[in-house]
Amino acid sequence: MTHSSDGTEKIPFWRDDRVWRIIIQLVVLGVVVLIGSILLGNMFRNLAQLGRQFDFGFLRNQAGFNIGETIVPYQTNDRYWWALVVGFLNTLRLILVGFVLATVIGVLAGIASFSDNWLLRKLNVFYVEIVRNVPLLLQLFFWIFVVFYSLAPQRSLNDPPTPLLGKGFINKAGLFIPWPANNAGDWLALLGVVLGAIAAFFIWRWRIKLMETAGASGKTQQWILIGLAIAGLLVLLFGMEWETPALGENNRITGGLRISLEYAAVLAGLSFYTGAFIAEIVRAGIQSVSKGQWEAARALGLHTGLAMQLVVLPQALRVIIPSLNSQYQNLAKNSTLALAIGYPDFFSTFQTTQNQTGRAVEMILILMAVYLIINLAITTLMNLLNRAVQLKER
Amino acid sequence: MTTSYPPASTSPPPIAQVGPVAWMRKNLFNSWFNSILTILLVWLLGSTVINFVRWAFSLAQWEVIPANLPLYFVGRFPASQYWRVWVLVALLAALAGQTWGILAKAAPRLFSRPVLIGLAIAALTAVIFPTPPLYRLLILGVVLLVAASAWIGWQIGSKTPGFGKWLALAWAIALPIALWLLLGGFGLRPVNINDWGGMLLTVFVSVISILLSFPLGILLALGRQSTLPVIRWLSTAYIEVVRGLPLLSILFFASVMVPLFIPGNIRLNLVIRAIIGLTLFTAAYLAETIRGGLQSIPRGQTEASRALGLSTPLTLGLIILPQALKVSIPAIVGLFISLLQDTTLLLIIGLFELLGISRAILANPQFIGRYAEVYLFIGLIFWVLCYAMSWGSRKLEQSLNTTH
Repeated sequence: MTHSSDGTEKIPFWRDDRVWRIIIQLVVLGVVVLIGSILLGNMFRNLAQLGRQFDFGFLRNQAGFNIGETIVPYQTNDRYWWALVVGFLNTLRLILVGFVLATVIGVLAGIASFSDNWLLRKLNVFYVEIVRNVPLLLQLFFWIFVVFYSLAPQRSLNDPPTPLLGKGFINKAGLFIPWPANNAGDWLALLGVVLGAIAAFFIWRWRIKLMETAGASGKTQQWILIGLAIAGLLVLLFGMEWETPALGENNRITGGLRISLEYAAVLAGLSFYTGAFIAEIVRAGIQSVSKGQWEAARALGLHTGLAMQLVVLPQALRVIIPSLNSQYQNLAKNSTLALAIGYPDFFSTFQTTQNQTGRAVEMILILMAVYLIINLAITTLMNLLNRAVQLKER
Repeated sequence: MTTSYPPASTSPPPIAQVGPVAWMRKNLFNSWFNSILTILLVWLLGSTVINFVRWAFSLAQWEVIPANLPLYFVGRFPASQYWRVWVLVALLAALAGQTWGILAKAAPRLFSRPVLIGLAIAALTAVIFPTPPLYRLLILGVVLLVAASAWIGWQIGSKTPGFGKWLALAWAIALPIALWLLLGGFGLRPVNINDWGGMLLTVFVSVISILLSFPLGILLALGRQSTLPVIRWLSTAYIEVVRGLPLLSILFFASVMVPLFIPGNIRLNLVIRAIIGLTLFTAAYLAETIRGGLQSIPRGQTEASRALGLSTPLTLGLIILPQALKVSIPAIVGLFISLLQDTTLLLIIGLFELLGISRAILANPQFIGRYAEVYLFIGLIFWVLCYAMSWGSRKLEQSLNTTH
């Protein structure tokens, strides 16, 4: 150690922690840049050998492939970028409906694990253990090849389709279910139902607030809510013109909504798979609320349902929502498996485009951007939701 | 409160209810809602089971399974070399048995009733499974080998405490031996890796991927916790980007992009590319798991080791990481289970792992339309593997549970 003449200690630079911190960072950065530049250099050399250059212009070329089902118009001579948009919309349709179904299944199964019915509890364990220990892709194959294809055993489209609970049909072309006939009156009825739901939400909040602050029974509001629910159900059932699918000549099915078997299978597979994970999250969330909270709620005279609704569930949500976030992201990512059973989601149109154009680098950048944006959107929304239920501490 | 309280009860306490009728009243029919639910569930369950049994014993054509057993387990591995796979299975069975015995050294009895039932089921399966008689004997032998080596391990483990370290070394040596047995060379006939398939490929790819992703995952976890901003940003960016992408896109990257990144004159086998993809993917998830473990170690541990004069690498290597890894073992097993399931996606890039080989079998005109039989069989294999792992990890968690 060197001592300067005035007695203060001067640390040599090789023993100075600050210097080492900078050196280590520079070395790591250097190694990463070096490896990156070697890889990129190889890539550009290989691309040059193949006679390609980095350019997104190919997206304006004609796609020339067919997409099995679309929600917006698409022709085979449309551009590549439009094909990708169509695939993206198919993915959105899959994951948004999937979120709803998986949440419903998961919450029901999670609550079922607290049922005092022994059979229901055991069935729930059975469901969760089976679904979580079998690969998702195998489950998707099972849904389409074993469940849906055996429901539709006919050989050709001219054979009579299998009736479905007397209201719909299933054949190789898809599931046909009753659906509103798309008249102006239907839209009005739907608008009414949505307005009613919003009103119900505010009445429900008002009721909770009254019960929590004023200790009111909430009976009046409960009756209003029940009335609204019955009215909504009546409007949905009779106010809208439901169109049931009907058999025409040559066993052609007209009317109603057609859901392709591929879509139904991916949706069912993803929902039941994610639902099992959500069930465990819901169960853990409810279990995380201490027993004392239940006992206190019961001591205040709340019966089980109200104790769950007013005391336990709001606290459980704090545990549930952050984990739900990653389950929704998993569902979005797993939706790419739709490719394997032939539903034309974004990844499937992406792969066809890549195979046809050979533009691996450009396409993987688009792919990364799309899935990172989907995940970012899910996280942002879930964080907003999380903030709403979080413990407010001052 | 205006509610009137009932007068103090003088009746005797309720008699404890026993017997099936009382049990059913309590657990199945305790309210009108539960009664309806029970009846509905019994009807649903009963009809499902009856339909399934009727299908399984009259309509199903199970010969697709025994006819293709070699394909399911080893793919197109040359039949004359099957003995190498059997030697490997025996080696792994002996090691696994030893490990089980050592881990259970604290247990008062090694072969408790559930364990005995499990062994009996395994032995029974070996006997009734429709394979050539020689294979039945071999499977039975493997089951016996597991039990015997577990008993030996249990005996040794309770007498010599330091034996566990040697076992870890034995596992490390087993890996090159396994590779030698499977790939050949050095006196054995070489087998092309492209001929591997079925369960062999599934297990091989997942084991190698998790082993390779370990060092990378630990580095990334430490990097993300580092106080050096550049390292932290790089690690965080890698972890978040990889975790945000679907596995399929990573596999696509591995199969299409990796050849672009390496010099044009080197050609990488598809299996190796798949392992690269799975390793890059698993490392990001492993990093987050280990980070959880790192965060659970109290600061005092670092401070104490600093006070003892240990440098940062020594603190990490001797004090923090061993504890962090021990804490994250259950989560790592969970990761391994999902990796094993994720290997099914390899069929999309054209490899014949367990699910891929099933698709190949189903494409054979002789077995067309036998989806339910084949998928049930594959599903059962995956279920047994994954359930056994999660059960084992729960047991391990209990035995390692050293609360601070």
